[in-house]
Amino acid sequence: MNINFRSEKSRKSGITLFIWNFKIILFSCIFLFFNSCSRDNSIMEGNEENRTLPEIMRSDVINQGDNLYAVKAPPFSEDIFPCSGCHADEEPNPNRRQLVDMHDDIDAIFSHDRENRWCLDCHSIDTRDSLKLASGKLIGFDESYKLCGQCHGDKLRDWKVGVHGKRTGEWNGKKQYLLCVHCHNPHSPKFKAIKPLPPPVQQKDIQL
Amino acid sequence: MNPISQSMQKEEKSNSRREFLKKLPVLAVGAAALGGCSQEEIEEYFQQNFKTLSKEEKDEIVKNLEKKYSEKYGKEFTVSDTPATEGILFGYALDLSRCIGCRKCVYACVEENNQSRDPQVHWIQVLQMEKKKGIDLVHADVHYNPEKVPEEGHFYMPVQCQQCRNPQCVSVCPTKATWQDDDGIVVVDYNWCIGCRYCMAACPYGARHFNWGEPNIPDEEINPITHYLGNRPRTKGVVEKCTFCIQRVREGKYPACVEICPTGSRKFGNLLDPDSEIRYILENKRVLVFKEELNTQPKFYYFFGV
Ligand code: SF4
Ligand code: SF4
Repeated sequence: MNINFRSEKSRKSGITLFIWNFKIILFSCIFLFFNSCSRDNSIMEGNEENRTLPEIMRSDVINQGDNLYAVKAPPFSEDIFPCSGCHADEEPNPNRRQLVDMHDDIDAIFSHDRENRWCLDCHSIDTRDSLKLASGKLIGFDESYKLCGQCHGDKLRDWKVGVHGKRTGEWNGKKQYLLCVHCHNPHSPKFKAIKPLPPPVQQKDIQL
Repeated sequence: MNPISQSMQKEEKSNSRREFLKKLPVLAVGAAALGGCSQEEIEEYFQQNFKTLSKEEKDEIVKNLEKKYSEKYGKEFTVSDTPATEGILFGYALDLSRCIGCRKCVYACVEENNQSRDPQVHWIQVLQMEKKKGIDLVHADVHYNPEKVPEEGHFYMPVQCQQCRNPQCVSVCPTKATWQDDDGIVVVDYNWCIGCRYCMAACPYGARHFNWGEPNIPDEEINPITHYLGNRPRTKGVVEKCTFCIQRVREGKYPACVEICPTGSRKFGNLLDPDSEIRYILENKRVLVFKEELNTQPKFYYFFGV
């Protein structure tokens, strides 16, 4: 770019050169002006993006105000909630271990970074009917998306604008959104394969 | 031929057709007396193109159709003619990284839009392709039928009308039975479709489907909430296609395929609204349009959500 420009320059008379320089100065001014605007913008956007995770999680589902409704949180397995129903009488055991007598069904399928995590990373040891964020803050089961968003920040961001996950209702009005746990089993979040509906008929199968 | 003389010629053609048709009723009444056609049938036969009709004419037609369908299917029908709203351009995005190929969208579409069950018409085709080959139409499989989906090493690409901004199906239609409405939906006036199937040859996405036989839908499965330019019952010999569920989206609802998709792969909204889901996708995700090189300029986008 620069080199080209110099060879151009050598071919031009003094006057053209002056005009050129003038143009360049003018353009640079304009460029700087716009550039400074856009830089300002990017700082603002940066602020928006660089909010700490707890801040983002505190803000409600963004953008669509009154028109968004959470679908009712999925039901717990029967007789399992409130957890305190059983745990109130239990001596809490903070040691990581394999569960045998109770919740062995969960233990059996648990595949959510099993190597590094276990129950008490997300469930509170003292307040059994709450979930627990990494910060120690307690949240209800209906706010579990905040817990998920601690690690899956990109998904949380997309979910808030309706791009990750699913919304139903009106594209331009009232809509319902699902929580992470409607679709993903929190203990084994990967989607399970399902049976597809029948393929279209093939020409060879059409009876005439 | 330059575009002006081309359009003049088109104008002439349609004029002469109109002139010709104007002279016809005399003959037609005679023929009707012989053929035993009802007054409504004659009127329907000589109905003008939907785009050129006045409000009163449309109301009349819609009312007659509601009556006709209600009698035929034994349930209350509504045929709406809700027009496009200003400031809305519909767009669609499909997440290739999430679709698992379950075909729930295919059948939700069939039910919502009254597609014939036998002979079978599907407006959505789900293509199964190999991850290692990428989008490779030569080896794509639409008849895949394993025990479970998704299959290891494969991805799925549902294809339906791409609602082109530059729709070839429209430019080739000799009767102007199909056009792009103001909100971007490419629609068909089944009463004006002569079944020549030029549009099917012109559409690069295989998105148009012909009723080779009289459409067959069990009475109890028919969806009676319809739009004139969308899911109202069709007849043998006309072409049909995806309309973004015009009967739903013009009333503010999501299309049926968006609502059914268990993986949330399907997104829909107003391209002119900077706060819409669809705009967020276009601005923040990796997006592609299918067969971009053909310059059809689809309003249907594929994207990668992850
Ligand atoms: S319903 Fe969703 S996941 Fe299933 S085939 Fe259609 S787009 Fe893919
Ligand atoms: S995909 Fe085919 S039918 Fe749909 S608008 Fe484009 S050319 Fe027409």
